[in-house]
Amino acid sequence: MSNTQIFHDSESDLAHKAGWLTKRVVIYGILILWTVICLFPIYWTLTTSFKLAPDVMKGNMIPWVDYTPQWRGWKSLGLSPDTIGMESTVREEFLKRFWNSTVSALCSSALAVILGSMVAYGLSRFSYRFGFMRNPDVSFFFLIQLILPPVGLARPFLVLYKELALLDTRIGLILLYTLTVLPIVIWIMRDQFQAIPVELEEAALVDGLSVWGAFLTIIVPIALPGLVAAFILSLVLTWNEYFFAALLTSTDAKTLPVMVASQTGSQGINWWSMAALSWAAILPLIVIGIVLERYIIKGMASGAVK
Amino acid sequence: MSSDGDLLHVVTLDNITASRVRFGNLLKWGGLAFMIACFAVLGLSEAGAFPLEFETWRLGLFGYLVWATCLCMAQVVLRGEQGKRTLFILPGVLFVVAMVVFPLLFSLGIAFSDWNLASPDGRQFNGLDNVRQMWGDPFYWNALKNMVYYTLAIIVEYAIAFGLALILASEIRARKFFRVAFLMPLMLSPVAVSWMIGKSMLEVRFGPLARLARSLGWDSPSFFGSPEIARLTIMIMDAWTFIPFMMIMILAGLQAIPKEVQEAAKVDGAGPWRNFWEVTFPLMLPVSITAILIRIIFKLKLADIIINVTSGGPGGATDSVTSFIFREYRDRSNVGYGTLLAIVYLILIVVAITIFMKLVDRWMNPRYLK
Repeated sequence: MSNTQIFHDSESDLAHKAGWLTKRVVIYGILILWTVICLFPIYWTLTTSFKLAPDVMKGNMIPWVDYTPQWRGWKSLGLSPDTIGMESTVREEFLKRFWNSTVSALCSSALAVILGSMVAYGLSRFSYRFGFMRNPDVSFFFLIQLILPPVGLARPFLVLYKELALLDTRIGLILLYTLTVLPIVIWIMRDQFQAIPVELEEAALVDGLSVWGAFLTIIVPIALPGLVAAFILSLVLTWNEYFFAALLTSTDAKTLPVMVASQTGSQGINWWSMAALSWAAILPLIVIGIVLERYIIKGMASGAVK
Repeated sequence: MSSDGDLLHVVTLDNITASRVRFGNLLKWGGLAFMIACFAVLGLSEAGAFPLEFETWRLGLFGYLVWATCLCMAQVVLRGEQGKRTLFILPGVLFVVAMVVFPLLFSLGIAFSDWNLASPDGRQFNGLDNVRQMWGDPFYWNALKNMVYYTLAIIVEYAIAFGLALILASEIRARKFFRVAFLMPLMLSPVAVSWMIGKSMLEVRFGPLARLARSLGWDSPSFFGSPEIARLTIMIMDAWTFIPFMMIMILAGLQAIPKEVQEAAKVDGAGPWRNFWEVTFPLMLPVSITAILIRIIFKLKLADIIINVTSGGPGGATDSVTSFIFREYRDRSNVGYGTLLAIVYLILIVVAITIFMKLVDRWMNPRYLK
């Protein structure tokens, strides 16, 4: 008796189920296709850095199946297990560029977040009047910097920095990067501060804190996730910056993207070493992207949701 | 100074004595005088009328820094509580003024002069010659035309980004994994991307994409051979890096739409197609406009990929304005002319974006009153 099925799905219900299944298949198909599109170049670069010339020529894709991975690319950078203990000029060079990139990205992002969040807080809480400029004008003045094309500033900066002896220094680069990410920080932080109720500060002021005290001890801790988001987004933009770095630095302050770009043209192409170099250049951001994805999305979404 | 319209009202009794005012004024004007003195000394030594020689203009920089600090301090000393508020935005303003206004004024001077770094004469004022040269420069107009094409490609990028965001917002498993994977291209530096994809994967003989194209029936794939295909390849590479950006913004917008609205439409008998076009899409318009606007701004700066992959070739077909001026600077050291081109570009951008925003404003407001 237990095998007898009493209730049957009607024809229309079965059709619905089939339709649901095809929809699922299509959706996951698109998702997986796009994942492959996004991740394949990263995978390709990583695997190429372990290939020898014939492997590259044959277009072998899967390590240990198509070809045996070798440390060739990393050896040329001085970063493979057997060369890591030895002297290597390439590694020195690479580490110097890496350090330049790190310092200029971190410092400029920090500076932009400090200046930008102060401005954003001021604009979201008080009404200013400087001559004809009122709050909307002030905030327009900052956001218009986003539109400014880098080419418009590049040459004047080259001349100015030359006269100020700031050419090819990290400080010069940091100042310029701060300028380029400042509008984005202000834009993100203004949204963050507007979302915080004013009553919090009013309570703090009643309790005897000054405006700055309330800002630093009450508001900044609350807005910390937003600050981190703005910081990470600036970090991504400044780490990847190429245009100004290529024009304004030559030997001392050269950053990683410039190093990667300058390798491309010279003496044929060493596929494996280029792949290793590119991979090393993008690795920090891949890590940041995976670990701090939440903040990046928060930062970019802040303009979208009001 | 009134505090009308302040969100945060502060009432304090500032007890500003006469000596405090004197001290404040001393700071304010003393700083200014110091800066002017610095600039004057620099100018005089440049003209040779001052006994001391300066190698650099750093003195002027210090002068500006001293003045900026004095001005900030004077705000608090002179105006108490109101001054403390000004202090929030004053450092930012002073920084941007120093970094933008000076160089821009400077660049106006450069733009109207003949200044080739290779020539021994140095900088010479040549009036409107550069403008005339620009008028007759086919490569510049070509680059501007390319920028129009590149900007139009945003429509396709937007459609793809919207589709992906819709899928990500629907009920799927492993959403976090897909979100991270989709975000990845945005994190990569354009220079590394141009090597990884442009040079390596699109390599004609053994790049994986060339192989794929061959197996799909394209006998001799060449991604940078003809002008149209080269431009298309650049567009796709740029789209690859920036689609995640639009996708994330649209996704955030989608998640902010209350579920009830769509359910109500469903109850009223709207199918998924009508539901999308008459409920979701109109609700998403403001977000879409913001996303597209920011994307346009980033697109107008497009250069890194072009410089590194094609350097404008074949025959200038892929040149963006930025990459064109970059080469004008670096390869031909043509400072004056390049700067004029940059300024013209800046003016064009500002005009175009203002018109775009006005149009959007007019088009949106009558229908969706906020």
